[in-house]
Amino acid sequence: MSALVQADSERLLAALRTVLAQKGIATAPEILDRITITDAASPALGARMVARAWLDADYRELLLSDGTRAAEMLGIVMRGAPPLGVMACTPDTHTLVVCTLCSCYPRAVLGYPPYWYKSAAYRARAVREPRGLLAEFGTVLPEGTRIRVVDSTADYRWMVLPLRPAGTDDFSEDQLAGLVRAGDMIGVTQVRV
Amino acid sequence: MTLAPGTRVTVKLDFPETRGPCHIRTPHYLRGETGTVLRHLGDFANPEDLAFARPAATLPLYHVRFDLAAIWPEPRAGDELLAEIFGPWLEEAA
Repeated sequence: MSALVQADSERLLAALRTVLAQKGIATAPEILDRITITDAASPALGARMVARAWLDADYRELLLSDGTRAAEMLGIVMRGAPPLGVMACTPDTHTLVVCTLCSCYPRAVLGYPPYWYKSAAYRARAVREPRGLLAEFGTVLPEGTRIRVVDSTADYRWMVLPLRPAGTDDFSEDQLAGLVRAGDMIGVTQVRV
Repeated sequence: MTLAPGTRVTVKLDFPETRGPCHIRTPHYLRGETGTVLRHLGDFANPEDLAFARPAATLPLYHVRFDLAAIWPEPRAGDELLAEIFGPWLEEAA
């Protein structure tokens, strides 16, 4: 094991790619294809889904019942990605997503996770003292708001459908999407105008 | 057998980690806790076998809701936690 840990990472990667190809597990073009899809994903994809759901009640219903299909409807590549579940914030329940076991994250629609998402502190505090955690992100919920913590423990990946902020009645879909950040779709922040 | 939504379930109070190498997707802090099945999320290959490249049976995966204030001292009444738990880890609560 120590030889593997100390190996030059470029050489290790080349060796792994060679073995994957030799064993017929993944060809070089397939790996390139996957890297391209992963690199192209960003919170802008999830933000488009959120904006559409705020404007279209049918789309909102689909988003909450089958996140994968809702993403594909907007042209987002979900092939090979784990199933996507979406949980809505409501005026009386705020939703927060964490993966206490590792760092499961809906990369297909949000891209790479923020650095803190993988930290032991975030993972522990999200389930134990979510209000203290939210306060550090500047999120203070109205008195009486319940918190729903979604621990992403297995095969699903979870995204939050945040509340639409007041004062956005005349915003276009693009303008609405422009307001939504990664933290809003993890649930550590709320969408602000 | 598929657990119906609303079924009260207890997560097995078991720690296979103490018996040898394993890969468990059931968090420690939920073992022994009682919650309610929200819905059957689908059937997925058992990660406990997949992690060791063993043939993996397909198992039902459930979204289970727990009362967060019953698990930790800091949360408030009404706060809840949802987690994905595989069928073999759940027992119908008495």
